Order: sequence, then C-alpha cells, then structure tokens
Amino acid sequence: MRDVAIVGIGLSRWGEVWDASLRTLWTEAALAALDDAGIDHVDSITVGSMAPGLFVGQEHLGGLLAGELGMAGVPATRVESACASGGVALRTGFAEIAAGLADIVLATGVEKMTDVSGDDCTAALAAAADAELEVFHGATFPALYAMMARAHMARWGTTREQLAMVAVKNHRHGSLNPHAQFRQQITVKDVLSSAKVADPLNILDCSPITDGAAAVVLADMETARKLAHGRPLIRIAGVGQASDHIALQSRPDMAAIPATTAAAQRAFKMAGKTPADVHVAEVHDCFTIAEIMVLEALGLCPAGEGGRQAESGRTALGGALPVNPSGGLKSKGHPVGATGVAQAVEIVTQLRGAAGKRQVANARVGLTQNMGGTGASSVVHILEVAP
Amino acid sequence: MSTLNPARTAREYPARYRLEAARCEACGAVSFPARLVCPACRGRKFAAVTLAPEGKVLTWTVIHVGPPSHKHDVPYALAVIELGGGVRVTCQIADVDPAKVEAGMAVKLEFRRIQQDGEAGVIAYGHKAVPA
Repeated sequence: MRDVAIVGIGLSRWGEVWDASLRTLWTEAALAALDDAGIDHVDSITVGSMAPGLFVGQEHLGGLLAGELGMAGVPATRVESACASGGVALRTGFAEIAAGLADIVLATGVEKMTDVSGDDCTAALAAAADAELEVFHGATFPALYAMMARAHMARWGTTREQLAMVAVKNHRHGSLNPHAQFRQQITVKDVLSSAKVADPLNILDCSPITDGAAAVVLADMETARKLAHGRPLIRIAGVGQASDHIALQSRPDMAAIPATTAAAQRAFKMAGKTPADVHVAEVHDCFTIAEIMVLEALGLCPAGEGGRQAESGRTALGGALPVNPSGGLKSKGHPVGATGVAQAVEIVTQLRGAAGKRQVANARVGLTQNMGGTGASSVVHILEVAP
Repeated sequence: MSTLNPARTAREYPARYRLEAARCEACGAVSFPARLVCPACRGRKFAAVTLAPEGKVLTWTVIHVGPPSHKHDVPYALAVIELGGGVRVTCQIADVDPAKVEAGMAVKLEFRRIQQDGEAGVIAYGHKAVPA
C-alpha cells in the first residue's frame, strides 16, 4: 500500500449562502484546493454528499461536478454515508492512491441545505435514521441524540451543564475562526435557557443548518514532495472505518458509539500510534453529547469521563488536548456531506502551523472523526507532519 | 416526501399491527420485525412468534420540535423500550404527562394511530406505549 499525503486544501463560503448553488459552492472549494496544491489536473474525484436529491433535486454529482470543474473525463464518484459522507470520500480517495489507481485525487464534500424549508430539511436529515423503526414513530436526530444523552447521564453521571460547556467551548473556538458560521461567544446560561428541541437538548446543543463545501488534494508521497512548496508535508498515517446497526435501539449500550471505537482502533493500528500521541482533534459534535461520547469512543479520555473534558478545560485551546479548534460542527457549521473533509482541512491547517489565533502550539499529529446517523457510519483519519 | 405509500404500509402490517416477530432457530434471538438473517448468529431459519406487549423504558426524550409528520403532537415523549426476551422497540409514550416519564417505567404497547399522510391520505397505525 502506498503512502498518501494531503497537498492542497480548500473551503467554499460557509453558512447560509443564498447566492450560491451546490455546484458553485463545490467549485469554490475545489478551485481553492487545486490552487493551494498548485496543480491543474487530477486523476480522480470523489464527492461526499448526503442527500442532494432531497435538498436540491440533484443526484449524480460525480459527473456533474467534474464537468463544472472543466474536468469531464476523469473518474468522478459520489459516496454516501449520511453525515460521514465527507470522511468516507476522503477514505475513498486515500484508497485509490494507496492502491495505485491514481496518483492525485481531489477528495471533496458538499451539501446545500438552505434551498428547502426547515421541515423538508428535517425530513431529509431524518432519512439517515431507520425509516421503519425510528422515523415512522416521530424520531428526529436531536431526539435520538437526546436519548443517548439520557443514557450517558444515567450511566456516568454526566450533567446538563457539562453538555452546555461543549457548546460554550466550541463557540469560543469558532469566534477565532474567520470561516465559522456562528462566531458569537455563548455562556452556559445561554445554552440552558435556549429553546427546547428534544429534552435534554436545547437549540444551542445542536449544530446548525449550513451550506458549504470542502476539498483536499491527495497525492502519493513522491508526487506530494514535489508539491510541498516548502510547507510541512502532511501524511495520512492511519485510516479506519466501521459500521453499526443504524437504529439506536439495536445498540446494547446506548451510552457508547462502538463503530467509532472500531474505526479509531483500525486507524491507530495503521498509524502505529495511540491516543496519547494526538495533539489536536476535530470530532463530530453534531450535538454537544456527541463530542462527549466520541472522546470516550476514540480513547482520548476514559469511558465516563467525556463530560469532564470541556469542563476541566482539557479540550479547550490552551488545554492539553484541544478538540475542535475550528469551532466544530456547532460553531463552524455542518453542511453534512462536507464536514468530514472540512475536518481534514482544519487539521492540515493546524499541522502546517497556519491556523492563526486558533493555532494549537507544536501540533504534529492530528485526528479527525466523522460519523453518520447516531454513529452507524464512523470514519477516523490520523494525520501527521511527515519527516 | 411521503413514506406512507399504501403498498409499503401494507408490507409492515405484520409487525406494526400484530407485533409479529421471528425467533432464530439456531440461537434463539428474537428479531422484530422479522428478517432474513439473524444479526446475532447469521442464522437463516426462524419460527414466527408474537411479542408480549409489556416492557420498560430504557431511555427517552421529550420532543418539542417535531418532524413534519408529527408536528401537531408536540410535546411528545419518545422512548426506547425493552420488551420481554430483550427485544427493543422505539415508539411514543402516550396517555402520560411527558415530563413524568422516567427510565425503568413499566409500560405496555397499545394499538394507536401514528401518523397520517395529509387530509385524504393513508392513515398509519402502529403501537404506542402507555403506562402499565
């Protein structure tokens, strides 16, 4: 298997971008990544997108977007794994290069979510839950994560305030990120007094609806060294993916995310690293409880200790293990199919030492964790500064 | 986007109307609804069984912002419920103040209207839990 590096990164505008379509947003991100890498051709394109058919009535994104980029002819494939679509698009690009099918891959993600009403958006997102076992009975994603939060609170004593502290931390981080959708700082009191969505989760426990796209250029190491332009070369040291039943009820312990644990174990094994080696992480905080449970699943803290991580300051910028320095899904925004790729964009920015006010000092190893549904699709990447 | 197509709804009658499940002949695990492969042992032979409707709440939430299909029900309690034999279902808890729901609460499943596809569309029935 060949080693793979990330040699270019790009983001589109991010937020409620009324004046840009899916194809425009995607092309913005793709061009930014190509320009960052200093190249004008790729061997293959992967596109992570969760539900463009429901959001904008457009499937078949591979060919569509290759054409938009003036690259009709190259293999171009959409991959879908709910909100993990972006992370899986990244893994697919990695696999193509590792296997020798391509030397340069444009791995991307995109979601255009604000062209539909709130109801239609809720329905599109709910399609990632089990239609027959969950959605039929009135389940929503906030409701499923709320039930995970209740299970975690009952099992480990996690408090309502600890959930809020995740949102407070990530908004503080996002306030330092010019690219974040919501840059205002918030307080625990703000979270606790915000509108109820699915008890115990309030609106400020939830990531927002976002339009956006993200792209990275992947290359084999030989090609990558030629494209480094004097910048640190960022290698994908480990990749792991795992699945689970999508209905939460099927999970023996509803206070855990075993697919994320399995994905992390595979990624750490490939990288020859342990959780103690990680300097910075971007994780899938679609809801505040998710960050808490994911830190445990990744082994970045012991089981049951997730609630104390934001509370103690360990996962804040300046702490021992900054988590979501970008602001995370909560503050930076969550265009679902783009998120997994955007996490890699942030980690590369951190490992290059180019993150400005939100820079994690001396970061040389970073991790991304992206998941779909209540964790039934989980994908983890470990990135490092190549020697 | 409706998911209440009549054929689709009819396919789900055995589980939704009659709580029909399948017991794996190899390992004894009960699958609900019935399926082709046992997730516990990958067995493919099953015997039909009917679930007993009594159970208890494992985890729950009170939904204040509902999906389009349940907009008019809010606030409503949704729970994962464990029935006998370790079988779990996700459903609403009715006939109770949602604020009074708690883990461990004894419930039983009752046949109720779940949702309806517009003014003249399919009305879908199934089970909700009520206090036992």
